[in-house]
Amino acid sequence: MNTTDSSAPQDCPASVEGCGDSSIPRRGFLPRFLAVAIGGVAGIVPMFSGLAVFFSPLFQRKAADGGDGFYRVVGLDELTDVPQSFKIVADRRDAWTVLRNESVGSVYLQKIGPAEIRAFNVICPHFGCAVAFRGEKKSFLCPCHNSAFALDGAVISPSPSPRNLDALEWQIRDGSVWVKFQDFIAGHKEKIANT
Amino acid sequence: MNALLNWLDVRTGYKSLVREALYENVPGGARWRYVWGSTLVFTFSVQMITGLFLWMAYSPSTQTAWESVYYIQHEMTFGWLLRGIHHFTAQAMVVLLAVHLMQVVIDGAYKAPREVNFWLGLVLMQIVLGLSLTGYLLPWDQKGYWATRVATNIAGITPVIGPQVQQLLVGGTNYGHQTLTRFFAMHAGLLPALLVAFLVMHIAVFRRHGLTAPDAEWKANATFWPDQVLKDAVACLAVLAAVLLCVCLHGPGPHGGAELGAPADHTDKYDAARPEWYFLFLFQFLKFFEGTNEIYGAMVIPGAIMGFLFLMPFIGGWKLGHRFNVLFLFTLLAGVGWLTWQAVQEDRHNPDHELAVRDAEAKAARIKVLVALKGIGPVGAKQLLRDDSKTQGPVLFKKYCAGCHRYDGHDGTGTRPADVATASDLALLGTRDWIRGMMTSPADDRHFGMTRHGSFDGQTLGDRFTDGEMAKWVAENVHARLMKDEDVAAVVEFLAGQSGRADVAPLNAKQAAAGKQFFAEGSDAVSTTCYSCHEMRLKDELFESGSAGVAAGPDLTGYCSETWLREFISNPGQKKFYGKRNAMPAFADRLSEKDLNLLVEWLLHRWPEPAPPK
Repeated sequence: MNTTDSSAPQDCPASVEGCGDSSIPRRGFLPRFLAVAIGGVAGIVPMFSGLAVFFSPLFQRKAADGGDGFYRVVGLDELTDVPQSFKIVADRRDAWTVLRNESVGSVYLQKIGPAEIRAFNVICPHFGCAVAFRGEKKSFLCPCHNSAFALDGAVISPSPSPRNLDALEWQIRDGSVWVKFQDFIAGHKEKIANT
Repeated sequence: MNALLNWLDVRTGYKSLVREALYENVPGGARWRYVWGSTLVFTFSVQMITGLFLWMAYSPSTQTAWESVYYIQHEMTFGWLLRGIHHFTAQAMVVLLAVHLMQVVIDGAYKAPREVNFWLGLVLMQIVLGLSLTGYLLPWDQKGYWATRVATNIAGITPVIGPQVQQLLVGGTNYGHQTLTRFFAMHAGLLPALLVAFLVMHIAVFRRHGLTAPDAEWKANATFWPDQVLKDAVACLAVLAAVLLCVCLHGPGPHGGAELGAPADHTDKYDAARPEWYFLFLFQFLKFFEGTNEIYGAMVIPGAIMGFLFLMPFIGGWKLGHRFNVLFLFTLLAGVGWLTWQAVQEDRHNPDHELAVRDAEAKAARIKVLVALKGIGPVGAKQLLRDDSKTQGPVLFKKYCAGCHRYDGHDGTGTRPADVATASDLALLGTRDWIRGMMTSPADDRHFGMTRHGSFDGQTLGDRFTDGEMAKWVAENVHARLMKDEDVAAVVEFLAGQSGRADVAPLNAKQAAAGKQFFAEGSDAVSTTCYSCHEMRLKDELFESGSAGVAAGPDLTGYCSETWLREFISNPGQKKFYGKRNAMPAFADRLSEKDLNLLVEWLLHRWPEPAPPK
């Protein structure tokens, strides 16, 4: 019987198992199938646990803070017919860290009647830079790709932005402006809330 | 398809590579004893996969390491499974290393011409142990933190360059951010890269010399694929099953799997510090060496043993050398086993260690509650425990109160002091039991009894309290049955309502009102009322007469409420409490406001707990 190392199969096609040594019996389908199946299971389980963790952002929902989503921003009488930017202050959660009274975003507020306002998220619906109000042009301009929006938030063409500025729901409560602050997914024609 | 593969083969030659890999000759047929090397490759692959995904969620800094691991364990989908597999596979790897080494030595696979491969294997063993040592720190929990302090201090006793080596490992003289970033880079970068490099060499040299068949005539020859692969796969699956069993030992889910202790806190000494179980023998070994001899236990002897293992291939060439090697290895493993057993037994019979372990478990459980209730602030989770009265109360009690007082017989932390107490036992302070005791047996050991053994300002107390005004009043009125049982119960109810103790059952309002009445006015038979001695400043017509009587006992307004207790502890000798008869030091200057609050909250059980499940 030839069992030295040099007897290892050298010239046989890869599809024929155990070739080159007549003393090695041919193996059937079953052991090959079992080897792949059992080895596969052993490999898949750790891979699964890793992928599950990797994909967990897709399974997680933003933790609701128990409120109705409206935040008090400013007194109504502090607003003018010129849009001004205000920070929304709330508790923010960044993975494991809870940050109390942090800025979670900004809004542009403009008074257009005694109890009538406009409220926009400052984030450009194109790809997420923050727009700036330009008094001399009476419009909102995005510093990144030059999207422009009118005072009412309508996109001024030609602009790369696929939609108007994202208007936010607002309420007047006891002389204060409350805004339902939401972020929306950029780049889409439709306004899809980021939850 | 075939054309494409042939195209590829012509350019890469992959087919011969695959053939070489798969059709390795297995002299004497596939055998179970050959699986160990493959299980090690498998476990290492599992560590690479799980480690990579853990890396995506891990954040190495003192304010985020524990926190990110907590997040993986409790918030990320199947994070507990991922951590659990990584944690227990690491342990499986060490076991498999030992088995592989044994099998190689027993089969004589270390002898010429395989010496180099044996040495490569020993280097791989060192790398795996290094991975386990560095990985132990990364969760930045108390256990990993304090164990790593020991490990790096051992490195620090290296002759001549010890302190420098230690500083380089730790990233300075203090354990902190830099320790974590360095250990993480070693654990996830340097050591795995080294391991891959040495593993490639190990396998390449192995392929060159082939298997060491103890009995090449045992059966017909076989090839690696599929015969040996099938056996290897079954073995790997068995290893994985064992790992999963360990992960699920405490039940699957975020509360099972790999342990996560309380966050590392250098101000909270951790008496339960022990290395991972497979290093326990070294831990135990160090106990045999004294003072400067420690270097023999920590380095010289382990180094000599490793050196001997490296020499095995040469010794194996001598007459009887192989038998000597096998005997040596078995003696070594028996010694390791014996030392491990000793370490476990010593801890098992050490009540201090048991207390330390229980304390560690309590904190590990408590931090989960606090994170769920309050969330982790930017400074990290350890602050939650530092600000938690349930955690800090016992420590403060032991430090400031247990010199005289007891808490259910112990010092707050569970240890029973050898000295006799000289003041009351405060476990029940403010409860109905406490108040009832004060009114029926104030001289018992829970209340004033132990003051007989005490002294204050250089004067022994004797029976100042055990035969004081209160005790006399109890004897005259309660023991003489002038005060009815229902009146006692009523006053207990009224005073329990003054207390802010959180675990007191809701009041019986009617009974409390009757108690208030008795407190102020006594009854037909009892003319010296509570109010005769004890102030009660309630906005109520019953107490409008103003000040209490002459033999003023402590003011009982808000008795055992947080405010009352804070004022009392700050200065029990002030006029509204014990005045001249006081026998307790004032703590206003000794306790910070924060510590006083924590202590009071703990005494009154006013720490936050999750709402009971509905």
